[in-house]
Amino acid sequence: MRYERQHAWIFVAGVLVAIGCGSRPQDAAATSGDAQGGEPIQLAQAADEVASAPAAGSSTIQGTVKFAGAAPSAERIKMDADPQCKLQHQEPVEKQDVVVNPNGTLQHVFVYVKSGLEGTTFTPPAQAATLDQHGCMYSPHVIGIQVNQPLEITNSDATLHNVNCKPANSKPFNLAQPVKGMKSKKQFTAPEIMVKCVCNVHPWMAAYVGVVAHPYYGVTGADGAFSLTGLPAGDYTLEAWHEKFGVKTKTVHVGDGETASVDFEFAG
Amino acid sequence: MSEGHPSSRPGFWRTYVFSTDHKTIGIQFLITSLVMLLFGGLLAALMRWQLGWPGQPLAFMEKLAPNGMPGGVMVPEYYNMLFTMHGSIMIFFGIIPILVGAFGNYLIPLKIGAPDMAFPKLNMASYWLMPPAILIMLAGFFVEGGAAASGWTAYAPLSSTLGAGQTCWIISVILVGTSSIMGAINYIATIVSLRAKGMTFFRLPMSIWALFITAIMSLLATPVLAAAVIMLLLDRSLGTSFFLPAGMVVDGVAWAGHSGGQVLLWQHLFWFYSHPAVYIMILPAMGFVSDILPNFSRKPLFGYHSMVYAISGIALLGFLVWAHHMFASGMNPALGTSFMAATMVIAVPTGVKMFNWLATLWRGSIRLTTPMFHACAFLSLFLIGGLTGIFAASMPVDVYLHDTYFIVGHLHYVLLGGSLFGAFAGITYWFPKMFGRMLDERLGLVHGALTFIFFNAVMFPMFILGIGGMPRRIYDWTQYAHLTHFGGLNRMMSVAAFCLVTAQLIFMVNFFWSLFKGKRASENPWDSTTLEWATSSPPPHGNFATPPTVSHGPYEYSVPGRATDWVAQNAAS
Amino acid sequence: MKSVKHSCWNRALTAAALLLAGAAEPAWAFGQGGARFWFPPAVSSYGAQVDRLFLIVLAITGAVFFLVEGALLWFLIRYRRRDGSKAAYIHGSTRAELIWTVIPALIVLYLAVASQRVWAHIQGPPPPHQLELEVQGEQFAWNVRYAGPDGALHTADDLETINQLHLPVGQVVLINLASKDVIHSFFLPQFRIKRDAVPGMTSRIWVQATVTGNFEIVCAELCGLGHYRMRGFVTIETPEEFRAWLAQVQQEQHT
Repeated sequence: MRYERQHAWIFVAGVLVAIGCGSRPQDAAATSGDAQGGEPIQLAQAADEVASAPAAGSSTIQGTVKFAGAAPSAERIKMDADPQCKLQHQEPVEKQDVVVNPNGTLQHVFVYVKSGLEGTTFTPPAQAATLDQHGCMYSPHVIGIQVNQPLEITNSDATLHNVNCKPANSKPFNLAQPVKGMKSKKQFTAPEIMVKCVCNVHPWMAAYVGVVAHPYYGVTGADGAFSLTGLPAGDYTLEAWHEKFGVKTKTVHVGDGETASVDFEFAG
Repeated sequence: MSEGHPSSRPGFWRTYVFSTDHKTIGIQFLITSLVMLLFGGLLAALMRWQLGWPGQPLAFMEKLAPNGMPGGVMVPEYYNMLFTMHGSIMIFFGIIPILVGAFGNYLIPLKIGAPDMAFPKLNMASYWLMPPAILIMLAGFFVEGGAAASGWTAYAPLSSTLGAGQTCWIISVILVGTSSIMGAINYIATIVSLRAKGMTFFRLPMSIWALFITAIMSLLATPVLAAAVIMLLLDRSLGTSFFLPAGMVVDGVAWAGHSGGQVLLWQHLFWFYSHPAVYIMILPAMGFVSDILPNFSRKPLFGYHSMVYAISGIALLGFLVWAHHMFASGMNPALGTSFMAATMVIAVPTGVKMFNWLATLWRGSIRLTTPMFHACAFLSLFLIGGLTGIFAASMPVDVYLHDTYFIVGHLHYVLLGGSLFGAFAGITYWFPKMFGRMLDERLGLVHGALTFIFFNAVMFPMFILGIGGMPRRIYDWTQYAHLTHFGGLNRMMSVAAFCLVTAQLIFMVNFFWSLFKGKRASENPWDSTTLEWATSSPPPHGNFATPPTVSHGPYEYSVPGRATDWVAQNAAS
Repeated sequence: MKSVKHSCWNRALTAAALLLAGAAEPAWAFGQGGARFWFPPAVSSYGAQVDRLFLIVLAITGAVFFLVEGALLWFLIRYRRRDGSKAAYIHGSTRAELIWTVIPALIVLYLAVASQRVWAHIQGPPPPHQLELEVQGEQFAWNVRYAGPDGALHTADDLETINQLHLPVGQVVLINLASKDVIHSFFLPQFRIKRDAVPGMTSRIWVQATVTGNFEIVCAELCGLGHYRMRGFVTIETPEEFRAWLAQVQQEQHT
């Protein structure tokens, strides 16, 4: 009788211990998301932290990135490694590392204000920058994003993509998107030129993300032009970055309400 | 050697939490491992969801695992964490502690007529290493990158490349290994030195023989695992090169500074522990079954001596077969031949045990109680586990079946069909002794029958999947052309898996209800012969009012010319 | 009170019906695929040998299975407790125990010899080969490397593909397996062969395809988050088609 009661108590104690352990996994699962990503918290902080409004200006710097010499013939990507990829392309797909436009300009060049904005803090926009995976290619190939601005990554393919971004200054991430239409939000917490993102399932896939502390950046498109608007008047150092050809810098002065012109030139 | 005597009553903490009483420690192990088994089962159910309905959202899981299942859709890395944690939890925190920790602690002193274990404080320490080990392993879910995701086998160099969750896994395994070693030393010392007067080695019940041999295996094998995981930890944290060869380029980054490491060394060390560990997980269950079958057949165990030699043989051979896990690893094929030979030979002592059990039933007077049902389920399921092992032992066949669902089915027939049914047999048999109340027979049989049916419905199709070429540890198998017709089978297995987990509710209800409301158990409700039944249920601190003297073997049932059909080991000769 | 009970029953019935429906659909689908629940067809020279060995093991273990399970069931029924009957007092039988030690020993000896013979054929020194190539695993793709016109591997004119393995039918092909990062396992289900690709060492297997067709390479060793997706493609074609394909790759990569 007495022992029975004793054992019942042992049991109750055991159950308490067990529940202590047993409930943890659920908590663990519940918090694992935050622990792994950490974004939601950082987002909130970012919004609170930056009280000073961006030093809005009315100046503009614009220009084009030219390419000197003969355009190299673009390499073709063989997509037969994954039939899902191949299916989506009727035409042969070319590599995006060196794309020379018909007007002799260079695509996929990231141009940004390297210095001249020191001492000013900029609120990251709530609007997300987007990176799409479509036809087993990143779209766009090169993007710019502000520090702490959300980056929305979408998988538009019916195959697995893993988005493996390896920034040195922010937290690296490697997330898998197994299902078509899946979206994930990530962000970078420190400036970095450039963050490379790859997909390990499709070795040809690569995207570059320029992370800067301000909104004054641009990526050259089919016309090879860029335009940085809303700058305050001042002296700036501009840098143009290209995946293959490295970086070029130029200094420029722009007065209030004026438009300055800066051209870069890369050679093959 | 035991502490105190029945009248000295320590306080609450000393009695129920930090107790040195082997019975309390045994029950602590029992409760902990039952909870972990349930948790491991839930992880498996979650995996079966993904395998049955790949990529389909499971809405409520989004809240529990926002990163693992965003929008309720599981991502592959989370699936990898699930099977890693499922395997690790089931083996390190479920099966080993329930068979060795719970029953080893509870039964050894009682069955050999000792007042307690040889080293009660060591015993307490061996239990109290478990909760931190569990917490650290599960803490992996909290850390950057999530829990360990390299499988319970943690093959280097994948395990060398993964994040902090893998470190949690390593530390947890070191703790649980230390616990095993402590327990093993204690069991060996107790069985060697604390047997009651007249309890010769060949009067020991088979469960004690099994636990004794298990403890020896555990003592010899576990340090090797500890060494291996410490090397892995050093490779990860201090840049050593035990398992890392020169020239590795992981995810585009050259792993400079490593050279001379051997990837296969991890597998040799790991399986040098983990193959004996398979026997650590099955021998105790064999021991329990060897105790239960004679009792409910009312007949002596057939071939007691050959049973002892058989488990000793299995244990010895168990140390010589580790590389049969590596037939496809690229090791020298000539080495494969010798490991195949040793592996095939294991079938012989295992066969002896199987046939001796059958012969024990032959011409018995069988009572199909809940423990007996589970013991017979053990025979029938372990048989399948053992026979499918022969496929895996035949190297050319194994090369095809290796890392397919055939192996998953094989190991579940051994570890769930064998070990866990053995554990259920043990729980239902010794529950009256542990808690002084009888379990409900009807609920027990319903639970046993449902578990048996659903278990087979989940696990047997795995052999078909394996033969069909479905690899294990696969998040989404639907992309492979040769597997596309397995949808229906996979969904059926998943439904059965959910039912299997749900059926455990019956066991829980039975356990709790009987604990408080069950019929009171007498000293010896099963009319059994061994010493644990020669004291009150539950036994007092110190176990026996007067130290017993043994003058009979453990299985003296239906002795001609006796009034009762059983002769207790301590009965006067 | 009564209505509460009633609704309880209703709910239980609904739950039971749902469960039944949940089981019925998969069971139906199970039946649909019934005919194909066996090995994928064998397409390598030694595939039939492996399948035959499997069948031998299946026959032996199947016989033991029915024997033991049958005896177990029979004993449980035949020797169930009955009033007035008492269990026999038998401790064992040296003769019986010898029988069931020696017979299984002979059976496993036979199986070991039979297995070794097939093993030596598949894993022993390969027969003279007509083609040698390298497959290198990488998270999460198979890099296949053919020798270029100079006939040697690991030279500048090598031809490389991702996930595309073409093999000429009927020819003995040596495949050197390597890995860039972690362990992968090169598994060709229809060829009945599997071998780990281990970093730091090169493994060698040989295959000889017997029919043309399209098959898949499975990664059978966990290698990370994209493990499940590490799928390659095997095309078995006539030697002429194979040479044409190789020439096309040559043209794409080295012009």
